Amino acid sequence: VDATWKELTNVLSGIFCASLNFIDSTNTVQPSASFKPLGIANGTDHRFLRYATLPREIVCTENLTPWKKLLPCGSKAGLAVLLKSEKLFHSSFHSQAVHIRPVCQDQQCKTMSLELRQTLNVVFDLHTSGQGKREWSLFKMFSRTLTEACPLAASSKIYIDITDNPQEEQFELSPATPLLSQAVVLGDRRTFSVYDLTQQVTFGTVRSLNVLIRWKSTEGDMLRPLLHAERYVAGYGLQTGEIHTLMYNNHPFRSFPVLLLDSVPWYLRLYIHTLTVTSKGKDNKPSYIHYEPSKDRVRPHLLEMLVQLPPHSVTEITVQFERALLKWTEYTPDPNHGFYVGSSVISALVPSTVAMNTNITEEQPLFSTFFPCKEESSYFVRVYTEPLLVNLPTPDFSMPYNVICLTCTVVAVGYGSLYNLLTRSFQIEEPNPGLAKRIANIIRKMRGVPPL
Amino acid sequence: MAAPLTLLLIVAVTIRAALNRSSLAELIAERVEVVSPITAWKRVIEGLALLDLGVSPYSGDVFHETPLIIYLFHFLVDYAEITFMLADVITAVALYMAVKDYNKQVFRKQKFSLEADRYPADCRELIRTPKEMYYIPLKVAMFYLLNPFTILSCVAKSTCGLNNAVIALFALTTIKGNVLLSAIFLCLATYQSIYPLTLCAPAMLYLMQHQYIPVNFRRASFWWFVAQYLFMYLGSLFVIVCLSFFLLGSWDYLPSVYGFILSVPDLTPNIGLFWYFFAEMFEHFRLFFLCVFQINVFFYTIPLCIKLKDHPVFLIFMQLAVISIFKSYPTVGDTALYLAFLPAWSHLHRFLRNNFLVSCVLLACSALFPVLWHLWIYAGSANSNFYYAITLLFNVAQILLVSDYFYAFLRREHHLTNGLYLKKKDGSEATLVLK
Repeated sequence: VDATWKELTNVLSGIFCASLNFIDSTNTVQPSASFKPLGIANGTDHRFLRYATLPREIVCTENLTPWKKLLPCGSKAGLAVLLKSEKLFHSSFHSQAVHIRPVCQDQQCKTMSLELRQTLNVVFDLHTSGQGKREWSLFKMFSRTLTEACPLAASSKIYIDITDNPQEEQFELSPATPLLSQAVVLGDRRTFSVYDLTQQVTFGTVRSLNVLIRWKSTEGDMLRPLLHAERYVAGYGLQTGEIHTLMYNNHPFRSFPVLLLDSVPWYLRLYIHTLTVTSKGKDNKPSYIHYEPSKDRVRPHLLEMLVQLPPHSVTEITVQFERALLKWTEYTPDPNHGFYVGSSVISALVPSTVAMNTNITEEQPLFSTFFPCKEESSYFVRVYTEPLLVNLPTPDFSMPYNVICLTCTVVAVGYGSLYNLLTRSFQIEEPNPGLAKRIANIIRKMRGVPPL
Repeated sequence: MAAPLTLLLIVAVTIRAALNRSSLAELIAERVEVVSPITAWKRVIEGLALLDLGVSPYSGDVFHETPLIIYLFHFLVDYAEITFMLADVITAVALYMAVKDYNKQVFRKQKFSLEADRYPADCRELIRTPKEMYYIPLKVAMFYLLNPFTILSCVAKSTCGLNNAVIALFALTTIKGNVLLSAIFLCLATYQSIYPLTLCAPAMLYLMQHQYIPVNFRRASFWWFVAQYLFMYLGSLFVIVCLSFFLLGSWDYLPSVYGFILSVPDLTPNIGLFWYFFAEMFEHFRLFFLCVFQINVFFYTIPLCIKLKDHPVFLIFMQLAVISIFKSYPTVGDTALYLAFLPAWSHLHRFLRNNFLVSCVLLACSALFPVLWHLWIYAGSANSNFYYAITLLFNVAQILLVSDYFYAFLRREHHLTNGLYLKKKDGSEATLVLK
């Protein structure tokens, strides 16, 4: 599996112009419980599973371009014309993903095919880019409007969440659209206004679609997720530290278990006996711990825990680590920037407030069916914490020759003094006669006369 | 002599217990001069925790102790402080009894040589008297127990204390003349860290002289004794290695313990020479210099044996010193062990040349280690070169100390054969040099 993993990472690195070829055994782990294959996979043998993160790499235009090329119409038609990098990366959060899973080709499920799903998540900050006026439009955000749907697309839709706006008191949406859709997203029933790009009527007389939202009032509830997490490094100095992971359960009365996956690089040596899990001030023992310690320069730490989060509480997980001194060639060119620790992954089945439809039908929006739910009362969510930046002690990089010389000098001092004492013996020192006398002695020796 | 020794033991145990109760205990347990990746107590606890989790302690790279230590501390983890204090007490008592016995033999040999008139007439000052030798064993025990290095090592619960105890017991049983126990203790010491292997040679030399077997390559009795000792040593080593295999059910511990000591993958700073050297080493030459440094520890055995074959106890001291200075992960606990022997050679003080310099440098370096560590790691105003420089100085001072004592020992031997006040050919006072 490792050989095919290496092949996969190299191929993906080539396709997406991303430095995925830096994925090797030092940042790959085999999670045992956090990830399961999606789709209609047969087995869940976790020995074939690999998980790797490259926290240092950032997503940029180079990755967006090949991602767009995978779309059937590229960036020439359909929704993808909006994806221009100068506007897209002027945002607070950007995420692109490519998922491949085996699915049934038809209802009877006689043949299997592979489904390629590409997702792009962008969070625009209204205020920093909105020039003060509380309105946004497709033109303002992307400097383009939509003119046609991609001819190869079976469906091409825009969904606007209008759940909080039933009587148009918060914002005004234009152009008006008669289509409505309801879906349960993250355990909540939301109503969406739908713009169907395959219908010519959507584009109206101007033959272009510019969805515009004008905000009227300043109130609005923020959607508060039931599960969110954060992580930080505590401690001072370059010798030791502590990783704190905080998980918030905002459900008022239900508690649910979460599976935490932590992959810490080998140069932060975790001490698992210092692991503490506290909820509401009391000790909360995880019911399942899978820990694989790291091997220096071979593989990272893997910690998977099943923690029960009590309702309306904060659970804090702390573990101490020690920072290693690396060889001078193992540091990045900017060693004082620090080393990144990849995000933890928290997978949970969160109880939902609304009963969910377990049938996957064609009418549901694509974004609501990513993790198919087997039960009606909870939905699956995967939360990623932020990556950490940790400083390691550095040797002086200008000193390899000096260090070799000085250390070898000390060893030679030891060797030299012991050698002298071992091979030489004590003798009475006869003082050296002066130069003239020595020359005279040499001449006398040559003459055969006794020396002075 | 039992009463002063008991008093000394009580004082030492009190100091250690007091420090253990104070808040300094955690601080000391983290100091890199006192604990190393091989001897740290935190890692022992980590190994036990991994065992509880069902993971082999050797599957990761945190735990590098031998399986017998896991087994021992599985039962003793709650009494760890008492265990380490007991180890220190055992070391001190063993050194006390060993040096006492050694003094008796030295005195007896001296008496025979005096009666045989082997010493020149002007060597009266060099002859050792029972009066001066009376307090030496107590001083040895005191040098070990009240040495700040030992106290720090004990409070930090560094397993170096256990290693020192085994080596001290080995010294005791060798000097008493017990071949089997000497082989067993040496095997235990080698099992924990490979370097005491070099103590095989002085042990064999001493035991041969104790049993009046002439140390001559051509004699069959010499080889017969060597074969006996090696059989006992290697046999017990084999037994212990197989026992460790059965304790944990795998050979995982071999690369984790011995491979770790020999290949030095962990570059945590310590008071030795290896860490910064291999942190700044070019990859191409790493194996070469690793071999050079490791051979350097074992390499002095044979020359020292040839030169000091009549003085095996001094040879043990020299070997211990060479191991403590040049081993891959030294700590101050290793230094404390050979420093404890110094009162046994107190009669050499008139021939020591560098004692002021060495003592000043050792004191200054010991004081500067925590300062420069703090400046590098916590304050960020110094860098690793500062700490490295103090490491170099500390090792140079130790080398000077050891070679100084060696010089003084050889010089005293020379005077005992050739007379104390030497004259040149023209009758004026002579100076001795090494040529």
